[in-house]
Amino acid sequence: MSGTALDAAFFVRWMTAAAAAIDREAERLTELDSAIGDADHGTNMQRGFAAVVKMVEAEPPATPGAVLTAAGRQLISSVGGASGPLYGTLLRRTGKALGDAAQVSAEELRAGLGAGVDAVGKLGGSAPGDKTMLDALVPAVAGLATSFEAAAGAAEEGARSTVPMLAKKGRASYLGERSIGHQDPGATSSALLFAALAEVAR
Amino acid sequence: MRMLINVPETVVGDALRGMAAAHPELVVDAENRVVVRRDAPVTEKVALVSGGGSGHEPLHAGFVGPGMLDAACPGEVFTSPVPDQMVRAAAAVDSGRGVLFVVKNYTGDVLNFQMAAELAEDEGIQVASVLVDDDVAVTDSTFTAGRRGTGATLFVEKIAGAAAEEGMPLERVEAVARQVVRSSRSFGVALSACTTPAKGSPTFDLPAGELELGVGIHGEPGRERRPMMTSREIADFALDAVLEDLEPRLPVLVLVNGMGATPLLELYGFSAEVRRVLDERKVAVARTLVGNYVTSLDMAGCSVTLCQVDGELLRLWDAPVQTAGLRWGR
Repeated sequence: MSGTALDAAFFVRWMTAAAAAIDREAERLTELDSAIGDADHGTNMQRGFAAVVKMVEAEPPATPGAVLTAAGRQLISSVGGASGPLYGTLLRRTGKALGDAAQVSAEELRAGLGAGVDAVGKLGGSAPGDKTMLDALVPAVAGLATSFEAAAGAAEEGARSTVPMLAKKGRASYLGERSIGHQDPGATSSALLFAALAEVAR
Repeated sequence: MRMLINVPETVVGDALRGMAAAHPELVVDAENRVVVRRDAPVTEKVALVSGGGSGHEPLHAGFVGPGMLDAACPGEVFTSPVPDQMVRAAAAVDSGRGVLFVVKNYTGDVLNFQMAAELAEDEGIQVASVLVDDDVAVTDSTFTAGRRGTGATLFVEKIAGAAAEEGMPLERVEAVARQVVRSSRSFGVALSACTTPAKGSPTFDLPAGELELGVGIHGEPGRERRPMMTSREIADFALDAVLEDLEPRLPVLVLVNGMGATPLLELYGFSAEVRRVLDERKVAVARTLVGNYVTSLDMAGCSVTLCQVDGELLRLWDAPVQTAGLRWGR
């Protein structure tokens, strides 16, 4: 992977692109969530990322770490449900791992996201294969070792791989066998996050 | 689907403004989504805070008042509130004797209340939490999110609320709440799906002439689907499930709860069938409450909750309560 230095403005663009992607796909996320959840994932993520964009545009944080830490805190304060704490923790822990450097390398971002994804697994008590966000996030972080495009592709593939899985966590787990055959909404929105990252890195 | 709303985005805020207009005994902060009893913090009293997604009214805001909750945090429809709301509520009601969070067992509620407890403790507020997980329709195992919190939430909030009102310390109020959780089991059925305002169409597809056994309060499908059954058959099925898990040796409190769109006429008829089964099974009934208390928007259907009570729990249940949704005594 190239040694491009990523600055705070890059991370603000990432959050903005993520918000736009979630806006575009909100209806689909809600549709997926109505099959195995309670039909609000799109709306909740839209509300959260809109708040993130508003915040980073009003007061752009100075470092990559600060952008993600503030974005995570904003998601925790505005999303609710399980997604708020989980996505909030992902970004906050990643941001903390990036420290206060003015610029970070792609490799540093990969390591930071690795810490963030670990924190999500701990908080939710879940592992890959449980039909959750992690099924997109874990392969995405691995893909980052190659390129942003590879990460986005791995996340998308990871999200699709949840279709035949049996849900073991969250509200979908109440469905048992009936959760099989549906793509996980959380894994799907996680893939959007990485698609947005690839988009701003292009 | 026709709904008595303006736009879906403002449903929760509009309802809170309505609560404020109807209940001057409550302080309703519609912007920050916190409902607090007006005389809070009550000197020398442990405070109870609960909250959860909206759509289950009168739970939880309707249970704020003397003898029950000190504050409630309503989230978006079927979405857990955020930690900021819970911390704000805790700070508003803490008298210095600590706060008990009453949390229904859903991943979102658990995570947000957990974060809120940490933040509140950072602010010097002593917090204990009790998790309500009474729904026997869900297998309780390490491979699922565990049992859902449903009807027993009302028992926990009422009984622990009375314990706090009597001046018990936080550890005792928490212990009483845990005893209620341990002693309670629920089972619900849906005769129709519910419709969230944001989506505007039913959250699941229940063909005409069928019912969903073991449904959750967000329209989550349950154990199985069957051709429509009679009230008698539903009572037999639901209580079989409950009594398989709870073998009461003491008298029980019975909650026959409507999901939102089932008339009281039907609920009372169902309540008669519930009593018949309990008589047949030699379970003594201490008190029965019939009505719409832990609802699921416009879902048709009902749930039945039993709570086994000793003398102390029964005394606390009978203690006066003055809230929008539950009111007796004094």
